[in-house]
Amino acid sequence: MLNQSQLDAIDQLIIDNLIQSGLDHVIFMDMAGNTIAKHDNGQNKLDSTAFAALAAGNFAAVDAMAKLVGESEFSLLFHKGEKSSIHFSKVNEENLLISMFNKDISLGLVRLKVAQTIEQIDKILTGDKS
Amino acid sequence: MALINVKTKEVQIKIVYYGPGRGGKTTNLEYINKKYREQIKTEMVSLKTQDDRTLFFDFLPFDVGQIKGFDVTIQLYTVPGQVKYNATRRLVLRGVDGIVFVADVQQEQRNKNIESLNQLYENLETYNLDLFSIPVVMQYNKIDLKSSGVPIVPSKVLQKDLNSLLRAPAFEASALRGGNVTPTLKKIISMTLASIQDQLF
Ligand SMILES: Nc1nc2c(ncn2[C@@H]2O[C@H](COP(=O)(O)OP(=O)(O)OP(=O)(O)O)[C@@H](O)[C@H]2O)c(=O)[nH]1
Ligand SMILES: [Mg+2]
Repeated sequence: MLNQSQLDAIDQLIIDNLIQSGLDHVIFMDMAGNTIAKHDNGQNKLDSTAFAALAAGNFAAVDAMAKLVGESEFSLLFHKGEKSSIHFSKVNEENLLISMFNKDISLGLVRLKVAQTIEQIDKILTGDKS
Repeated sequence: MALINVKTKEVQIKIVYYGPGRGGKTTNLEYINKKYREQIKTEMVSLKTQDDRTLFFDFLPFDVGQIKGFDVTIQLYTVPGQVKYNATRRLVLRGVDGIVFVADVQQEQRNKNIESLNQLYENLETYNLDLFSIPVVMQYNKIDLKSSGVPIVPSKVLQKDLNSLLRAPAFEASALRGGNVTPTLKKIISMTLASIQDQLF
């Protein structure tokens, strides 16, 4: 179970790195579909409970497909829409970070910011203070 | 494994309705969704085939109020019961805290119930979970068919088939008419909450 200061730190990271960079919604969740932290830009509404359940299912299905073709995982999971897109990232064996963003922000920037954030979240989770 | 968030003071618990195809898992959730509409903050999500068979899962989050200062949400899921969907069935079990096993009382489904329960045991093992140590409630569904002359397996026999070792609380039910759907749900919620009590301080 995450403690208060870990949760605070994760909230802050998501806001500073991702929401401030222009992402619409970010959900940090476990693989069972439970939301741990969620943030948005205050402009778009999202049923995040249902979204997290579907995201966990989607990720789990693609992960199982990867195993069937002999991949340990597909590292990039990305769904592109006309106005908004969804980016999935595995943080560790138990956690996922889901980012939703609109066409004003590039996939490249999202990937960069997400990669940095995941690395920092991982440090928080493993208690690495470096 | 229940998710306990000490910051937002939320607890999320995952309960999975498991059992053979066409046993009535989705019908249980549909009834709950109708009856407790005001406690449910979102639409029920159903990933299903065109002929209304569950393809991946049904999902229904359900607020049960505060316990020890935590807002408790129960996430109800169903698995797809058809034999061919075992890979997806196993995925839905990830992180499960409590199970309702929905058996079909029709005579012709007798072996399907047993096979499904055996596979549940194996599927849980892949997550290092033991069916015998997590909360389980048995539901013998479609009991209403008895009165329309359909051959059914008596509950005594079902108890022997499915529950002689497990000794889980069991209910005869008619999900279609809502019979014993709520007692089944209340029982699994109270058992699951009891099992995580010591994690809440
Ligand atoms: N007579 C009767 N029919 C029922 C009852 N519960 C469900 N049914 C019917 O059984 C059929 C299958 O019900 P579902 O709830 O879709 O079954 P399921 O377990 O979700 O099936 P899968 O999604 O394939 O695993 C439907 O036609 C229901 O109307 C019941 O209590 N009595
Ligand atoms: Mg179903």
